[in-house]
Amino acid sequence: MSTKKILIVDDEPNIVMSLEYAFKKKNFEVFIARDGTEALEIARQQAPNVILLDIMMPKMDGYETLKKIKENKLLADTKVIFLSAKSKLADVEKGLKLGADSYITKPFSIKKVITDVEKMIV
Amino acid sequence: MNNYTLIFIIVSYLAMLFFLAYYVERKARRNWVKNPYVYVLTLGVYCTAWTYYGSIGIASQSGVSFLGIYLGPVIAMPLWIILMRKVIKISKQHKISSVADFISLRYGNNRLLGAFVTLTCLFGVIPYIALQLKAVSETFSLLSDRNSYYTTGILGDSTFYIAILIAIFVAFFGTRSTDASQGKKGIMATVALESILKLIFFLIVGIFVVYYLFDGTTDIYAKASQTAGFQQLSSLGGLENGFNWLFTICLSFFAIFLLPRQFHAGVVENQSEKHLAKAIWLFPLYLLLFNVFVIFIAWAGNLKLAGTANPDYYSLLLPLQEGNLFLSLLVFIGGFSAVISMIVVSTLALSTMVSNNIVIPYGFLKKLVEGNPEENANSIKTIRRLAIVLLIMISYFFYIQFSLQLSLFSIGLISFVIIAQLAPSFFLGLFWRRGTARAAKMGIAIGLLVVAYLLVLPIIVNAVAPDADVLNGGNTYWWLTPSQLLRLDYLSLESNAFLWSISSNFLAFVGLSLLTKGNYRERNYAEMFVNNENYENLQEGAFIWKGEAYVTDIKRLLTRFLGESRTTRALKLFNRKYDISESEEKADARLINFSEKLLTGTIGSASAKILLASVAKEKPISLVEVLSILEENKETKANNKLLVEKSQELSAMATRLRLANEELLQQDRLKDEFLDTVAHELKTPITSIKASSEVLEDEEMPAVLRRQFLENISKDTDRLTKLIHDILDLEKLSSQRAELDIKSRRISATIRKAVKGIEQIAAKRRIRIEFKEEAYLNGMYDEDRILQVLTNLLSNSLKFTEAEKGIIRILLEDKEEEIAVAVEDNGRGIPEEDLNYIFEKFYQSKNQNTKKPQGSGFGLAICKKIVESHKGTIWADKDYVQGARLVFTIPKGK
Repeated sequence: MSTKKILIVDDEPNIVMSLEYAFKKKNFEVFIARDGTEALEIARQQAPNVILLDIMMPKMDGYETLKKIKENKLLADTKVIFLSAKSKLADVEKGLKLGADSYITKPFSIKKVITDVEKMIV
Repeated sequence: MNNYTLIFIIVSYLAMLFFLAYYVERKARRNWVKNPYVYVLTLGVYCTAWTYYGSIGIASQSGVSFLGIYLGPVIAMPLWIILMRKVIKISKQHKISSVADFISLRYGNNRLLGAFVTLTCLFGVIPYIALQLKAVSETFSLLSDRNSYYTTGILGDSTFYIAILIAIFVAFFGTRSTDASQGKKGIMATVALESILKLIFFLIVGIFVVYYLFDGTTDIYAKASQTAGFQQLSSLGGLENGFNWLFTICLSFFAIFLLPRQFHAGVVENQSEKHLAKAIWLFPLYLLLFNVFVIFIAWAGNLKLAGTANPDYYSLLLPLQEGNLFLSLLVFIGGFSAVISMIVVSTLALSTMVSNNIVIPYGFLKKLVEGNPEENANSIKTIRRLAIVLLIMISYFFYIQFSLQLSLFSIGLISFVIIAQLAPSFFLGLFWRRGTARAAKMGIAIGLLVVAYLLVLPIIVNAVAPDADVLNGGNTYWWLTPSQLLRLDYLSLESNAFLWSISSNFLAFVGLSLLTKGNYRERNYAEMFVNNENYENLQEGAFIWKGEAYVTDIKRLLTRFLGESRTTRALKLFNRKYDISESEEKADARLINFSEKLLTGTIGSASAKILLASVAKEKPISLVEVLSILEENKETKANNKLLVEKSQELSAMATRLRLANEELLQQDRLKDEFLDTVAHELKTPITSIKASSEVLEDEEMPAVLRRQFLENISKDTDRLTKLIHDILDLEKLSSQRAELDIKSRRISATIRKAVKGIEQIAAKRRIRIEFKEEAYLNGMYDEDRILQVLTNLLSNSLKFTEAEKGIIRILLEDKEEEIAVAVEDNGRGIPEEDLNYIFEKFYQSKNQNTKKPQGSGFGLAICKKIVESHKGTIWADKDYVQGARLVFTIPKGK
């Protein structure tokens, strides 16, 4: 099994740090972005297998970022999982409708995130 | 002039009228006929051959008494307008097509009354038409060559053919629609044209006589005053004559309403009530112009033609004597126009009355009910056409038989006196509820009898046996002697007859009305006519009717007369108007009245009532019921007004409620947003703590990292604590539960404390803080709270300014009542769209999903609350562009 690439997009460094540690431990190649613009840049360069995407971020929010990702044909195989504190049903539906593969609300269990990601890219 | 040339001119003139009528009827844009000037000109049908020739005759024989006939309408014009407005309104509401219909409807669609009125009009108008024919015939013979003109019985009489041509004209253009209440635009256009021609030609001959034959009016006066008996011709007469004047004026006032042709031109053909406003001054002007030269032509005739000619025709003979054939021809055509317009409109009106008020209700109803729509329309048209032809023929024979001895003026007056008999029931019916059908019939009958006895009889006797002395009594025919009875010597024959007939008519009408009570139908219509303003809007609803009828029966009946498509359309409109289901089987009062109205235009009100009664089982209603229904209608109207007011109030209230609700919703939304943000803000450190603790389970984690994660957990816990503290603080400040220790303090000292608190961080980032102390400036404040504000503002500035380059300045300003503190920096500044919102709780940015970099949005909201609780204000300076500049004020201390 070749190394999988994961992009973590969040502006909260402490959360990113935990996720980074957990996925590196699982042999993922981990990339980090602090906002939507940065995320698109890295995604274009690395074409990650999975993107973990926060919604409330400076500059460009998660929804917008997802739309841009979906426009990019090179990223057609990339799975996107929202990780957001926005837990209202309407927010979840909006996220899924925009084409996210999953929507996990904060606070999350890292183990569950890992299971979901692994299931998705098998 | 050659007889045939004259006939050719007459035929050409008639052909021109035919063409005009045809053109107007055909032309799609017939709206030009609907203007007030055409309306006023058609009223000019009042001026007939009687005016054109007869007035001059009277003026030459007995002075200015002819003027009364024209002064009546002029004097009474303001009153005319008021009455007309009411009459027109009622007539349009009920599709009334003649004066007989009007009166019969007022008294509960009384069939007999309608017939009575029609007969009265026939008695009055047929001699009048005969008089017109007489004028044509006589002027024709005056103008034609004696040599070529022989009267060889009827068939050789050109008047006969003229009468037939007129009959064809009216029959053709007057019966195009079965609905007689619809205007006849083609005919009315020719009438208007004729009114213009007759006036202009009359004025031309007047000018010719006065300024060509004589040197102006003074010349005529001077010469005429030399003649014998001039005194009588130029004076108004004494008191006795005053009465004659009064009666003539009265008579002519009645006539402009009641003459069938005036009712037709003034009411049935009226296109808009607004036209009355023009008529009020134009019609009197028309009449005055018509009379300007009468007296002078009469005097001139007396001077030039005295004794040699019939004074009636001075206007024609004067130019003829001067050899001016052309001018005579103009006069002839003018007079001919007056004749034709009178005959046309009169026969049109009379034929409608004869068909709708006599023939159909008394003889044809049964046949019509059995017929199909097309046949019915044809039958009705045929009846009217026959009536037209018959009327003209009867008039012609009347002229041949009787009118040879009579002057134009006398026949005219008889006609007026007869028509005037309708006045009590017509005028009182408009304003007096008590008038009943029986009283109206009785009044008219008595009035007519009196006229017959006092006016018609003497004239006939005079005509038949001019030598007999019957009129002066003294023999066996004494009872035939009007002069013995009721004769007031100083009154003219006509005035005398008018006085006695109208008084007896009036007394009979009023007396009988007071003595008897009309049936509910009469009272119902009385109410509608008298109070028409009240019922104008009620329309069909104002009709009172009780009984049983089926919609299908009524529909079948309507179809007979209006045809399938018109009936269906009318009923559809009716149902839509009153929101009645198409499948409704039983007809109500509104449908009965609506149908009656529809039929009235075609067959007259009396027949309409009889027909509907045949399909509807009507039950009589008691007076109490009538009154209560009428009251109800009035109440409904009043209630409607009240309802409208109430509903306006309600909708105003609803608007206020909606606004209040929107306000509440807005606050609700803000609260939701606040809670959302709070939840989000709380979740962030919690997520971090949870994630960190999860990864810490990994026992293989290097110690350095482990320490880092533990530190993160500790920091996030602090962050969480601070958040909770801020939220509670904000809540406390918002609900004004925060206790403030407000004292007069030195502001510079407080600012120094705040600066000291952040000095370390600033120094680390090499950011300069500048503050110039104002040693003696005191403010009234709670020091801890203001310190909180200052610290918050300074921290924000620190966050947004670049390391090494940043400068933060604190400025103090002494204002009269307060102190202003400004914190400014050279950082990135505040986006314009956020300027108004940065002090709101948890405000993040325009886009909800995009965060401000510093995280918590509590700071400035708390600052605002604190400043406001000190009765100060806080704002961001919009004009400061080098960075951010936030200013707050606090009250000054001692």
